[in-house]
Amino acid sequence: MQRIGVFVCWCGSNIAGTVDVVAVAEALKKEPGVVFSANYQYMCSQAGQDLIKQAVKEHNLTGIVVCSCSPRMHEATFRKTAAAAGLNPYMVEIANIREQCSWVHKEMPIGTEKAIILGKAAIAKVNLNVPLTPGESPVTKRALVIGGGIAGIQTALDIADAGFEVDIVEKKPTIGGKMAQLDKTFPTLDCAACILTPKMVDVAQNEKIRIFSYSEVTEVKGFVGNFDVKIKKKARYVKEELCTGCGACTEKCPMKKVPNDFNLNMDTKRAIYIPFAQAVPKVATIDPDYCNMLKNGKCGVCSKVCTAGAIDYTQKDEFIEEKYGAIVVATGFNPISMDKFDEFAYNQSKDVITSLEFERLTNAAGPTAGKLLRPSDGKHPEKIVFVQCVGSRCDACNEKGKEYCSKICCMYTAKHAMLTRDKYPDTDVTVFYIDVRTPGKNFDEFYRRAVEEYGVHYIKGMVGKVSPEGDKLMVQASDLLDNKQLKIEADLVVLAAAIEPDKSARPLATMLTASMDTNDFFTEAHPKLRPVESPTAGVFLSGACQGPKDIPETVAQAGAAASKVIGLLAKDKLTGNPCVAHSNELMCNGCSSCERVCPYGAITYEDKEFRMPDRTTQIRRIAVVNPAVCQGCGCCTVACPSGAMDLKGFASEQIMAEVDAICK
Amino acid sequence: MSNSKKYLREEIIRISGVNPKKCMRCGKCSATCPAYDEMEYHPHQFVYMVENGNIEPLLESESLYRCLTCFACVERCPRSVEPAKLVEAVRLAAVRKQGNNRMTANDVPELIDDETPQQLIVSAFRKYTK
Repeated sequence: MQRIGVFVCWCGSNIAGTVDVVAVAEALKKEPGVVFSANYQYMCSQAGQDLIKQAVKEHNLTGIVVCSCSPRMHEATFRKTAAAAGLNPYMVEIANIREQCSWVHKEMPIGTEKAIILGKAAIAKVNLNVPLTPGESPVTKRALVIGGGIAGIQTALDIADAGFEVDIVEKKPTIGGKMAQLDKTFPTLDCAACILTPKMVDVAQNEKIRIFSYSEVTEVKGFVGNFDVKIKKKARYVKEELCTGCGACTEKCPMKKVPNDFNLNMDTKRAIYIPFAQAVPKVATIDPDYCNMLKNGKCGVCSKVCTAGAIDYTQKDEFIEEKYGAIVVATGFNPISMDKFDEFAYNQSKDVITSLEFERLTNAAGPTAGKLLRPSDGKHPEKIVFVQCVGSRCDACNEKGKEYCSKICCMYTAKHAMLTRDKYPDTDVTVFYIDVRTPGKNFDEFYRRAVEEYGVHYIKGMVGKVSPEGDKLMVQASDLLDNKQLKIEADLVVLAAAIEPDKSARPLATMLTASMDTNDFFTEAHPKLRPVESPTAGVFLSGACQGPKDIPETVAQAGAAASKVIGLLAKDKLTGNPCVAHSNELMCNGCSSCERVCPYGAITYEDKEFRMPDRTTQIRRIAVVNPAVCQGCGCCTVACPSGAMDLKGFASEQIMAEVDAICK
Repeated sequence: MSNSKKYLREEIIRISGVNPKKCMRCGKCSATCPAYDEMEYHPHQFVYMVENGNIEPLLESESLYRCLTCFACVERCPRSVEPAKLVEAVRLAAVRKQGNNRMTANDVPELIDDETPQQLIVSAFRKYTK
């Protein structure tokens, strides 16, 4: 028989406000096995923990039930307390009487009754608990960063700086991401390329970092410290190790009409291309959808002009398998499609553009060499209208947009407006806004400068309709402060499109078993206290894949994710979770049901010799669980038809005892 | 807010099925309204005034009958507030007041001429009469 101590926490008034903690402690004292019961204001405090330690010694306790907050909050705390008092930490059970009781009930009698029931269930479980010892697993001291934008670059540099090897997987032919497409960055207006490209070069030159560009992660197996990852290196039809990046092929290729995605399809590139001058790796890539040689075997110009002999039309996708201890997701964002917003005439007029397109139009390396010219006729626009919140802050019922604020649009619109007025003082610039949100260091000052020093017109109200009329755009909008409807003739309309996670994020989350929210942003382990960790152990989050972010925030988060990875990789061994599945070999019939449902590939089969009661021997196929790989999810215990699979710490017998205690 | 104002507000919200609290005051409804210049109170004001229970001025206003019920505001509203339904509800509330019919059967004959489609008169009669 166990000797159980029950400790009921008030959590200040969080629990005591709706649960009569004294009555709970009294009622639970009468339960079988309970030899001690107490209540205290804050069990998690040092004094509360000392109370538990003292009781263990004085009453020779063998099991502990703490009626308090969620085990996600303080189970680890109380397990440490038990261990300090000489008890096996897995002899502790938490009855969650806060999140699942006091916070959801309003009336004291009901709250108290439920708290007692939850306490009884925990006591019934502890009566059947057995001491458990966690196993250990080694750590592969190498990290994988998925995504090579500024988030991935910063994370990789910081991890490498601590002496660990890092691989970056980037699906595009070059690293750099969205930041490489930007012109200048708010609020200091440094040129994006000037501050990004040195970092890209650092990555390329760092001997601890390998870049897999034009590559994708296709399979992830394993667990924290021991991930097995399969990476697909897409065929670029150019031998990376031979290509010098001279660019001769990109000048001679006769296929000139390939949409240039780096310039958001506002100009064209050749079928063999280097995305931009400072690309890393600076290696050409052939677009197989446009290359004549690959499509019908006629051409071969690039291979003739290549003095390095790097062109290889027979190249195939290559698969690389590598082991990693930690994985950082840095998959970034994209602006949403404007196709559904017919009212802004995005698909009707070339002169209605998104802000990212505007960014390319003002970039010296962009399609107009940095001159602000209308895409339709190449004329200089005299009147520009900026529209904010296009597709952001929509109602959940609205199928066109997103519910969240995209966060970066207010500032980049102010930047675009200011820079336009600075470079072209003759151009009239109007910004339509709902709210101007500038909560960042020097952000509001920046916005005020756009208005006060550069004379940008800010009008509170939304644009309702843009209609092309001749070579102009008629903008119909409201001016809410003047209570007027405005009709403005504009030359260029710029839409601040909402941003959304990259489309590759969802399948990647499935591979990583990392959770996402309804918008496909990765969920953090705790929104405040663990913001750069995924709830899946060993998976970390960097940049806009977790939520809309500007560059300073992204870099800060990238560094934070790196420090978490370094903390993990610095360990030689990881303590596992002892609550893993195990099969009773006498009951197992080798049916493979468990193997099929196991999401971690933790179950294998072996043939084992059994000595039967009649002294014969029999060879039977039985399931074996690898405790280092098992995550204790319990799928196998449900799938097993013979009841051979059970979960340590959550045995079927224990769960049934809890149910019985609740129903009693 | 007085009880009668509260009652009227609840009534308009109940008839229309619109929740004016969802409005984020972007003004896209008024930006998009083709009858804007004809209206004393504009779509965004309807939403704001209903939310504040300030409905009496709306009941008295010609604006009720200037709304074309084209539903452009409903289509474009990012917050799915549906201002046209509020206008319609206030119009109904006006019509439901006894003796407040905007058109009576007696008005019909003098409106008939060769220019006006009779369908228009019939739909106007339906719309402005209870």
